[in-house]
Amino acid sequence: MGEYTMAELTSILVMQGFAGFSLFSVLLLMALGLAIIFGQMGVINMAHGEFMAVGAYTTYLLSVVSEKYFPGFMPYYFVFAIIASFFIAGFMGYLAELALIRHLYKRPLDTLLATWGLSLIMQQSFRSIFGAREVSPILPEWLMGAFHATDTIDIPLNGIFVLFLTIFVTAGVYILMFKSSWGLRVRATTQNRIMSGAVGINTKKVDRLTFALGCGIAGVAGAAFTTIASTGPTTGSLYIVDTFMVVVFGGAASLFGTIASAFTIAQAQSILEFFISGSIAKVITLLTIVIILMLRPEGLFTIKVRK
Amino acid sequence: MNFVYDRLLGGKNGAIGFAVLAVLILVILPLGLDLFRLNLVGKYLTYAFAAVSLVLLWGYGGVLSLGQGVFFGLGGYCMAMFLKLEASDPESTKIQSTPGIPDFMDWNQLTELPWFWAPFDSFGFTMLAVIVIPTIFAFIIGYSMFKRRVGGVYFAIITQAIALIMTVLIVGQQGYTGGINGITDLKTLNGWDIRDDSSKYILYFINAFMLFGVIIISRYILTSKFGRLLLAMRDKEDRVRFSGYDVASFKIFIFCISAAISALGGAMFTLQVGFMSPSFVGIVPSIEMVIFAAVGGRMSLIGAVYGTLLVNYGKSAFSESFPELWLFLMGGLFIAVVMFFPNGLAGIWEKHGKKWLGCIQKMQCVNAVKVMIVNKRASRLETVKE
Repeated sequence: MGEYTMAELTSILVMQGFAGFSLFSVLLLMALGLAIIFGQMGVINMAHGEFMAVGAYTTYLLSVVSEKYFPGFMPYYFVFAIIASFFIAGFMGYLAELALIRHLYKRPLDTLLATWGLSLIMQQSFRSIFGAREVSPILPEWLMGAFHATDTIDIPLNGIFVLFLTIFVTAGVYILMFKSSWGLRVRATTQNRIMSGAVGINTKKVDRLTFALGCGIAGVAGAAFTTIASTGPTTGSLYIVDTFMVVVFGGAASLFGTIASAFTIAQAQSILEFFISGSIAKVITLLTIVIILMLRPEGLFTIKVRK
Repeated sequence: MNFVYDRLLGGKNGAIGFAVLAVLILVILPLGLDLFRLNLVGKYLTYAFAAVSLVLLWGYGGVLSLGQGVFFGLGGYCMAMFLKLEASDPESTKIQSTPGIPDFMDWNQLTELPWFWAPFDSFGFTMLAVIVIPTIFAFIIGYSMFKRRVGGVYFAIITQAIALIMTVLIVGQQGYTGGINGITDLKTLNGWDIRDDSSKYILYFINAFMLFGVIIISRYILTSKFGRLLLAMRDKEDRVRFSGYDVASFKIFIFCISAAISALGGAMFTLQVGFMSPSFVGIVPSIEMVIFAAVGGRMSLIGAVYGTLLVNYGKSAFSESFPELWLFLMGGLFIAVVMFFPNGLAGIWEKHGKKWLGCIQKMQCVNAVKVMIVNKRASRLETVKE
């Protein structure tokens, strides 16, 4: 590291750190959905990455449509794309729960295989519909460019936008889970499914909506993702293992844990990436998590759940 | 004799199933297929090792490993390293800037053999390493996870992460591992050319007999007291623990066994296919091995072999003619097997096949009885006449 001056090193750290924030945002948005589903039902959704891709493709479609037919709408379409991504991915999640997941609650390992099958089907559908090439939407102008903090530090605007979006969604999830009566029902079901049923909570309905919500948030992650990178049929599967690691490392069903672990993993990876090659950075990050998980299998933060 | 019949072959049904499989693999396929196709079947049969190992681990042990490809790959890479060193003797690599080291190392500006490659010069060490290294690796993973009572979904996710780490590492460290292309251009095993036609036949049969050996050993394990404990642990782990058994040790043991079996498959894969690459190590191949076992029947050792053959046959048939359809079909297969046929082909056979077979047998009985009655009548008539 001797060839860098102190000021350069700081700039690198800030810029790589900010690149880490973009990764953090996508990972956190993905992990939030996954953590809600996993915490609630003990189900691992292997197709979660594909629900993210649904959001990304929705954004792409909207950008193409608005460019062609409503050029005046271009500056605003992105906001609608986020909302549309949420609802379309959420609706697909709702259908998946209805058709598939609800039959398999008693067999978590089988759900893992079934959702893997679902992810294969979704990937091939993307490939058939949108082609194997990666696509990216035309971003509105206010998302392009960078914010010049100092001479050596440039912070891209899209990164800032995604970060704020993530904060907004996370706050929304927090309020929904911890301040609303629906969240109370979800938490009750998580802690003791049978008792919740006995006191009149429709646990099946809670499950279905939770699953849909998780997938919807993945859709938002997809919309956010399009501002950072281009989307291909297998984009979702590239992030899925990282997302699992975030959820497991943070401790299931702990919102704060998920945030902290997404932050740690994203920052570690992106700062390491600058100094050593990307693949080794990834190996070191993942390996560290696996070793920590072996020492502390319950993750960073846990809430006590009676089994 | 009884020991062999009951414990190793699995009684009457097991013995019949085993015999049918043996006839299929040893007689029908070699006679009916050309060498290219037979070599392909041989490759599939190496995956069957992994599928059988998953029957032990997942079907009976209730522990789903999504990292079986790691052990398959470790076994395969150990074998490939030995073959590669043999193929890159100083004579045939003299055009390199450093003769005597594998070609990909030379391309990556390595000037001497890395230390962990050196022992693979020895045939004995390699044969040992093919089994021992994956087993030790499985022991480390298993020990740290099962002793802390990590199981179920967590275990699956962590093994999947290990599969990812392994692929990223192999692809990234091109100079040491051959990178994404893997270790290629393997020629001889201790001077014996593994590429000509006769050795392909020989390797096919060695592979088949080893697979049968593995099935018999697995059957022995499952019919022993340990096998019963395994089932008990799968169904009510706490009760087994409360009865005073060390659940973790049993799980570690079966995980190590399954790793060794997969590694054996990997080594045979390298020998038959002639190369080893990270595309047989990662997440996708690992989870495909699970589907082989699931299609065949997660509780059936022999079913796993059929499942492997069938899924791979479907894969090559479909990806030749309808590459688009294959992923839909594969995805549908995952869902259908889990939702409608949780016991796979073996389950369907148990439920319907046997009934049909019994029916056929009964019909024969009915006929036999009819013939008997007619004969008796005839003879009675004859006595009356007399």
